[in-house]
Amino acid sequence: MPGADSVDLMFQIRIHGRGGQGVVSAAEMLSIAAFREGRHAQAFPSFGSERTGAPVVAYCRIDDKEIRLREPVMQPDALIIQDPTLLHQVDVFAGLAPGGTILINSSRSFEELGLKELVQRYRTRTLPASEIALRHVGRPLPNAALLGGFAAVSNQVSLDSVTAAIREKFSGKVADGNAAAASAAYRHAQAD
Amino acid sequence: MLKQIEGSRAVAEAVALCRPEVICAYPISPQTHIVEALGELVAQGSVGNCQFINVESEFAAMSVAIGASAAGARAYTATASQGLLYMAEALFNASGLGLPIVMTVANRAIGAPINIWNDHGDSMSQRDCGWIQLFAETNQEALDLHIQAFRLAEELSLPVMVCMDGFILTHAYERVDMPTQKQVDAYLPPFEPRQILDPDQPVSIGAMVGPEAFTEVRYLAHAKQMEALELVPQWADEFRRAFGREAGGLVHTYRTEDADTVVVALGSVLGTVKDTIDEMRRRGVRIGALGIACFRPWPLAAVRQALAGAKRVIVLEKSLGVGIGGIVSTNVRTALDRAIPVHSVIAGLGGRPITRASLGAIFASDTLDHTTFLDLDRPLVERVLAREKELRRSGPRAETILREKHGLPAR
Repeated sequence: MPGADSVDLMFQIRIHGRGGQGVVSAAEMLSIAAFREGRHAQAFPSFGSERTGAPVVAYCRIDDKEIRLREPVMQPDALIIQDPTLLHQVDVFAGLAPGGTILINSSRSFEELGLKELVQRYRTRTLPASEIALRHVGRPLPNAALLGGFAAVSNQVSLDSVTAAIREKFSGKVADGNAAAASAAYRHAQAD
Repeated sequence: MLKQIEGSRAVAEAVALCRPEVICAYPISPQTHIVEALGELVAQGSVGNCQFINVESEFAAMSVAIGASAAGARAYTATASQGLLYMAEALFNASGLGLPIVMTVANRAIGAPINIWNDHGDSMSQRDCGWIQLFAETNQEALDLHIQAFRLAEELSLPVMVCMDGFILTHAYERVDMPTQKQVDAYLPPFEPRQILDPDQPVSIGAMVGPEAFTEVRYLAHAKQMEALELVPQWADEFRRAFGREAGGLVHTYRTEDADTVVVALGSVLGTVKDTIDEMRRRGVRIGALGIACFRPWPLAAVRQALAGAKRVIVLEKSLGVGIGGIVSTNVRTALDRAIPVHSVIAGLGGRPITRASLGAIFASDTLDHTTFLDLDRPLVERVLAREKELRRSGPRAETILREKHGLPAR
């Protein structure tokens, strides 16, 4: 039967951040990484009037077959939160699937962020992505590092695919820096 | 070659493979990425003998396309929303003169109130301007339709609009299979104009025609469009043979064989409609979908045939004919030769998400009105109406609705 159980096998990611943090690029690179592994992927922004600093949302769906659904991701399997200051501004956890993954860009733990109650219900991880990016990219742009971290905490994409996607999207020193940030974040997340 | 790229990029690369000779465009969201990418490709020298002309407005964009096409060049432009309206007069000229221009419309709402998001208000407003209108369901179909559009336009000597949902498709990264230059060249022969401005063989294009022959010229324009009802499926078949995949044609049916309810829709929302239908089918509901791939000319016979077994029709449409309701449903009613209910569901206006949850509820409802607005905030509307009843100077409506929506005190 066409499309049977299409929803159940699909993996959906929602990325929250602020204008200028590469939220949309992150979703796009994630879709490229999944595509490189032979999977179907769809990435799209939430289409707000994007301004530097304003809350931005982007989505990525990954599946083993064609993705037809065009609604926003309302029940994500994973959340990537690029800016922890959004926790107090936007309901970033809305609709998160039971047992879903939360990856937050922060050098603090979930307990320190006041999110202790989430640790029992979800797979939670924080990652100092801005600091890693500062070291490798020279600017606190956390998106590539978070994708490296996402590769470590999820089974959806490999680090190799993430770095290849970064190199497809960027070139030269920017690509090198971001690929290094993703690799460093991957190791950091694995060591935790 | 399989690629994971943005819809706009996919369309730009496909247009480049069609070897356009003149591209003229004025940027407007959400069309911008298409013409930016084409500008890059032309500057890199990867579009052969092509001139990219920056113009000062959409009216100029269509006027330059008209001039280029009349001089025998394969001409392309892209626009959206207010940009399409701004070129409205030139649109009628392009079709009236029979010039085979291809244009992408990255569908976006029309103001006022200003809104940059997706719906079909722009291309629907120009549905009777004499252009062929094709609607893409996916980015793959969008890129494929552009290749077919040049073939169709030049065969008929008529302009073709390829409509793709702004943002939802133009800004989405998904998998596309990009054909090779060789494949496109084999499908799309060089442009052989029916009429050409040539100093060596001077003609005038655009004569004034009085009452003695205006009807006949218009009759031929209509007859020409109706000819497309034969050619659209023919070129889609040939496309399938050459490229190995389905794209275009007049209509697509989905699980309609034994369907009591058939949902009619255009564009990218068909994906969400199909997922919703699969869920309902698993619960035993006999429901299917009819996608309109070619809206102009109106494929009356194909629609009638596809709806032959339906007990009721739900037309899901992303535009509103103020004062009549659904535009697509008004067209669908002309295709039915028996009395079955046709319900308009107006959805996705100004970019409002169309969700499976809302579609599932509306498709399952057996008490649908003639016209329903999906997910309408009825209490909000009631509050604004009450205020207008109470106050003569009730103020600007859009601003009032926003203040009510966000719980701010009324001015």
